[in-house]
Amino acid sequence: MRRFSGIAIALALAAAACTGGGGTTPPPDKLGVVEIPPGEPLHIAFWGVLSGANASLGEDSKRGVEIAIDDKGGKLLGHTIELTSEDAQCTPEGGATAAQKLAADKTIVGLIGSSCSDETAGGMATLNAAGLVTISPSNTRPQFTQADRPAEFAGYLRTAHSDAVQGKVAAEFVYNQLKLTKAATIHDGSAYAEALANVFAESFKQLGGQIVAQEAVSKGQTDMKPVLTKIAAAGPEFIYYPIFVAEGGFITAQAKEVPGLENVKLMGADGMFSPDFVKAAGAAAEGMYLSSPDFTAFGGDYAGFLAKYKAKYGDPISIFHAHAYDATNILFAAIEKVAVKADDGTVYIGRQALRDALYQTKDFPGVTGTLTCSQYGDCSAPVIAVYQITAREVGGQWPPEKPIWRPEASPGS
Amino acid sequence: MYTSRIERTIDAAIAAFLWGFRIVVILVVVVGSLLTLQGGRYSGDTWLRLVIDGITLGSVYSLIALGYTMVYGILRMINFAHGDIFMAGAFGGYFVAAYFNRSGFLNAGLIPTFLSIGLMIVVAMIVSTVIAVLMERVAYRPLRNAPRLVPLITAIGASFFLEYSFRGFFGPGIYAYPSISILQEQILPGIIRFRLIDAVVIGAALLMMLGLYLFVTRTKVGTAMRAVSEDMATASLMGIDVDRIIVTTFAIGAAMAGAAGVLYGLMFTQVYFFTGFIPGIKAFTAAVLGGIGNIPGAMVGGLFLGLAESIGPILFLDGLNVPSPNQLKDVIAFTMLVLILIFRPSGILGERLAVKRA
Repeated sequence: MRRFSGIAIALALAAAACTGGGGTTPPPDKLGVVEIPPGEPLHIAFWGVLSGANASLGEDSKRGVEIAIDDKGGKLLGHTIELTSEDAQCTPEGGATAAQKLAADKTIVGLIGSSCSDETAGGMATLNAAGLVTISPSNTRPQFTQADRPAEFAGYLRTAHSDAVQGKVAAEFVYNQLKLTKAATIHDGSAYAEALANVFAESFKQLGGQIVAQEAVSKGQTDMKPVLTKIAAAGPEFIYYPIFVAEGGFITAQAKEVPGLENVKLMGADGMFSPDFVKAAGAAAEGMYLSSPDFTAFGGDYAGFLAKYKAKYGDPISIFHAHAYDATNILFAAIEKVAVKADDGTVYIGRQALRDALYQTKDFPGVTGTLTCSQYGDCSAPVIAVYQITAREVGGQWPPEKPIWRPEASPGS
Repeated sequence: MYTSRIERTIDAAIAAFLWGFRIVVILVVVVGSLLTLQGGRYSGDTWLRLVIDGITLGSVYSLIALGYTMVYGILRMINFAHGDIFMAGAFGGYFVAAYFNRSGFLNAGLIPTFLSIGLMIVVAMIVSTVIAVLMERVAYRPLRNAPRLVPLITAIGASFFLEYSFRGFFGPGIYAYPSISILQEQILPGIIRFRLIDAVVIGAALLMMLGLYLFVTRTKVGTAMRAVSEDMATASLMGIDVDRIIVTTFAIGAAMAGAAGVLYGLMFTQVYFFTGFIPGIKAFTAAVLGGIGNIPGAMVGGLFLGLAESIGPILFLDGLNVPSPNQLKDVIAFTMLVLILIFRPSGILGERLAVKRA
């Protein structure tokens, strides 16, 4: 009796599989196939920081995704594009929670995100196990796209630059341009800041500079004077603190108040490239430097994209909207390439096939440049430059008009 | 027989561990401090700066801690939403500051600046007090006779309610207090770096704590508050309106927190909906450190915690060559808490009311 019912179920399943696709069988795929019946939306998701002090970083990227969807008229392969967003809070725990929620939804085809490297560190294993693929517009931790990255990064690509580039550009700027030789670094223990501060320190030492102090603060810390007082005792000429909006603001504001640091040059990185940072730091931000992608060197139709952005949302609030737009377009192109469409309009997308297609992206005309993905998922066309905050930005204007310096032979451009 | 021997062994092991912990912590503190001082990397001036920073931060902790300790003294309840009352005050002060900054009054000279700061503090106190009184009426009073865990959970709920209401009204972004140039000026040039802002924060905090102390010890309402905290039932038999006294306690604690919010805003400039969380936890720690329910204890606890955070990392760990010790400042602050509670289980000045209650 039991055997008979087993056979009956197997037969029923086989029959359902044959009729379900309107005659076309779904393509075999070792990670599974997403089936989108006629009338159902094609579901993609954005995950990143949407609350807290760094909300503008994720919000800005999400807007890039939305513009890419608008450009398609809201439809792909005859299906309406549905966008879900999950807040990953710029922490490993937030990333893990968001990944759990997204992995549970079997209708999701692909993901854009996360914003902070910490979120990816927390959520990547879950997403990969679910067969999902994600393209990050703003993770910059070098290890994520290096040859020795963990196996769980098989479903991970990014259009953001690696900090192996950014840290080097910052070090060159300080040593060759500002002609300073004694630097200190501060990180906040995050996957992003720790790696970037280390790349900077290594590059700076290689150029012949001296790192007099390497300090760390914790996320949520407000009183930076003790750590700054300790740094002051080491006598640096320059402090690099590639951290985030809130803590970066506290350091900027309090550095001026610590004896011995009045004339020390300050520099942050792309995590602080936001009007929120200038608001948080106040007048003390004037004169400090920020390393970040060079939007004046973006290739393709960045101007056209920016016009759409401004018409819909006003001035950009971070730097990674263009990377998010490119990431979404790469995802759409790959979906179009691998999707199998049945006569009745049902669309089948193989998850492994989608990954393969993404990794094969070559000479894609994006707005941040011409994008080619490496076998380790680095799709970026990095052009990093150094900006300086002036009275104009402190007065409420954003973004800075143009960078003050960029390396002569900018890698990738 | 057999189990009791195991229990005895376990007890002995735990006692040995606790003694080991005390010895290790004290050794780290003493050896670390000696090595740091011997290293001589930091001048006397640097240490003095750290002490001043610690006192400034500590006086803000003290002001917030008063609210925790007063409410605990009367209701035996930890008001976890108190940190968010503090945040509400910081927001209230911010809007006044932004208004005066736009009109140019804020930076128009010494007297306008101090008038503005005074008004910021008054508005913040009003905002915090109104919210706390409403919260007491809506969230706590109906649960006055419920088991003790119930108001505690309500307090956590009230805390989330306040945080996310502020997020709803003002968004998740950061608001920065306008910079006030006069406050950055040195008032003791040539002697020690001591800015006007430090003097304002310490002075305002001391003044308010003194006022509170006199209020509680010298006035009729203060006497009634002490009576209610000693024995609520008897106090009500003596004709004291217990509900009114409890509301007054919430209001005074909230006013202190509101003022602390403005001082915090002047010091650190940034305010957003989650601002109250960490200072709230620190102030609660300060209240326990000083002896919860004990008003002078909250002041001492706050100052101690501020100093431990400011000086501790460098003094204890720098000499031991621990990399980036400032990341561990909370570890140090809470280790100090554990250490003090091991030696004095009811805090530095003692939990004044617990004995009478028992």
